[in-house]
Amino acid sequence: MYEILLKQDLVPNIHLLKIAAPNVAKKAQPGQFVIIRIDERGERIPLTIADWDREEGSVTIVFMEVGTTTHRLAWLGAGDSIADFIGPLGLPSHIEKFGTVVCVAGGFAVATIVPIARALKVKGNKVISIMGARSRDLLFWEDGLGSVSDQLIVTTDDGSYARKGVVTEPLKELLESGEKIDRVIAIGPSIMMKFCAKTTEPFGVKTIVSLNPIMVDGTGMCGCCRVSVGGVTKFTCVDGPEFDGHQVDWDLLFARQRIYLDEEKLSLERWQSQSGIHP
Amino acid sequence: MAKLDLNRVSMPRQAPGLRARNFNEVALGYSLEQAQAEASRCIQCPKHPCIDGCPVEIDIPGFIKAVGDGDMPEAVRILKDKNSLPGICGRVCPQETQCEATCVLAKKGAPIAIGRLERYVADWERANMQSLNSPKIKPKPTGKRVAVVGSGPAGLTAAADLAKLGHSVTIFEALHVAGGVLMYGIPEFRLPKDIVQAEVDYVASLGVKIELDTVVGKTISVDDLLNSGYQAVFLGPGAGAPMFLNIPGENLNGIYSANEFLTRVNLMKAYRFPEYDTPVKIGQRVGVVGGGNVAMDAARCALRLGAEEVYIIYRRSEVEMPARREELENAREEGIQFKLLTNPKRFIGNDQNWVVGMGCYEMELGEPDASGRRRPIAIPGSEFIIKVDMAVAALGTRPNPIIPSTTDGLDTTRWGTIVADEVIGKTTKPGVWAGGDIVTGAATVISAMGAGKRAAASIDEYLRATQRE
Repeated sequence: MYEILLKQDLVPNIHLLKIAAPNVAKKAQPGQFVIIRIDERGERIPLTIADWDREEGSVTIVFMEVGTTTHRLAWLGAGDSIADFIGPLGLPSHIEKFGTVVCVAGGFAVATIVPIARALKVKGNKVISIMGARSRDLLFWEDGLGSVSDQLIVTTDDGSYARKGVVTEPLKELLESGEKIDRVIAIGPSIMMKFCAKTTEPFGVKTIVSLNPIMVDGTGMCGCCRVSVGGVTKFTCVDGPEFDGHQVDWDLLFARQRIYLDEEKLSLERWQSQSGIHP
Repeated sequence: MAKLDLNRVSMPRQAPGLRARNFNEVALGYSLEQAQAEASRCIQCPKHPCIDGCPVEIDIPGFIKAVGDGDMPEAVRILKDKNSLPGICGRVCPQETQCEATCVLAKKGAPIAIGRLERYVADWERANMQSLNSPKIKPKPTGKRVAVVGSGPAGLTAAADLAKLGHSVTIFEALHVAGGVLMYGIPEFRLPKDIVQAEVDYVASLGVKIELDTVVGKTISVDDLLNSGYQAVFLGPGAGAPMFLNIPGENLNGIYSANEFLTRVNLMKAYRFPEYDTPVKIGQRVGVVGGGNVAMDAARCALRLGAEEVYIIYRRSEVEMPARREELENAREEGIQFKLLTNPKRFIGNDQNWVVGMGCYEMELGEPDASGRRRPIAIPGSEFIIKVDMAVAALGTRPNPIIPSTTDGLDTTRWGTIVADEVIGKTTKPGVWAGGDIVTGAATVISAMGAGKRAAASIDEYLRATQRE
């Protein structure tokens, strides 16, 4: 069992859990993920690692309430435990001195991108970060990302805070500004990553995305998370999760993410009704 | 000498129509009378060729005699002296090509049903001997520590043998339960999970520690293990990476690797969704590509989950199928349809990316190939469609690269298997042994157990030699 040391509600449906997992903490690198399972009847789901503390032996994850598991997780707090916490899985982010790197975070992926931006900054890159959310009340860790970036641009879809619009707009402006951009890292909802890749493609700037297909074991055993990159089938769990966004077959990813929509809905409704939660 | 009795006692099974709709065990096991009747057929021949046919060298005539005499505790003792997992082996070993094939009565077409007797003894023990499970005399601790990577048949066997020799053993398992393929791969109706759990518990009762949720190569490296007080490491991670057909359309929705399908069903208990959270899709018309035991398992799971038509699609003919005859017959009786000499060329999808059909070629058999089996050749112009809404690729597995790619000094072959001594499993890295599918490529439970057993003996010898130094 893995004990929850700390829970924070970051925004209404996005939460942070710090979990005691010394072995995972010891090895965690930016860009990697864990597989968690709440209990005997739970499913295994991947969540990216937001932070770790090797001395304390803890790993921090940030998640949004989407399916049954994340809804159930949101009801756990400090002192509770989960059955399984496996990792760190996947390949770490490729970190080196590229020059100027633009880090783009959509929604709760800001939590994933902070350790990546930090590592890039430590390596001597100029880090320009863009973070976007639907509205002001869904934004978090602005200061956190700001502290590891040379420049931070914030957008909200509805204009309730900072710049109105979506993240691809400032991204495009940066590319057009004439400043030499050596690499873009875009992490967030798949559709946002697709459009970031589409935005950078005409400029020929290498764009790394972190894919989030459905997984089961997370160790290369089942092939559920297969994606097509440059026409070659890859397993996201062991070959990724980061890939060249210009090579990803996005439509295939979207289609495979929808395989269990009906079952996911049924499962969540069943749990909510059992729990007396009426969304 | 008494007249030879050539009437093998058959084992009761669930009726096909009934079992095709449930996950309960197909084979029901002998009664005491049936076991003793079968045991009494053994002529106790002095050369006991059956033992030579057993990868773990069980004293087969010895335990059979004990069954005949009604001395079940003695039968248990003899079995467990060599085999820590008899309930598993009695169910899934291919006895017909091993001990039973070398039985002197095999020439008369009626070898002793050694597997069924092994199963009987293991089941008797579980029902009657819980408190006597562990050996009464604990071995003298050697003070040596051994790390075993993987808790499948190779790892469990190596760990049990090493613990019986007094070494301190820890198993590291990537998944959230121990048992490896015995848990995630082989379905409940062929190998009930409480039997696997009981045999895992037995190994733990010998003093073996089991660390779950630990992916060696990710959570901890082989060198970390060697540097943290383990004097030897045994690698038994299996060949866990699924192979696909590499044909167009393979990533359509509704197409599973057998590993994914079986893991969802067996390990994650998707057959009890939504009570369990993990779902699985079941088509009405399911095509399973492959001809091994795993293909049979996947097909029979799909049928039990409610598929109307299930096809085994295999590119050669029935005689070349690697599945056990018994499993093939079980599948056929349950209503699985065989489309032989048929090979998929492409998957066809609808506009929602769901599979709707398989374009297949008719095949014919040419000259024997490297495997000794006649090579299947596509007949030009023979493409036809098999309408399916789900497909499973059961084409075998290859080694997972996580351990080799994160371990310096561990040589691999071009197939990704770890280079190791054929007999004792010693690898190119000092202090590291390997055995099972990671060395041989996908094979059987018992051959992995044999490798675990031989490696354990070699590791023991190595540890004792270093102790003397």
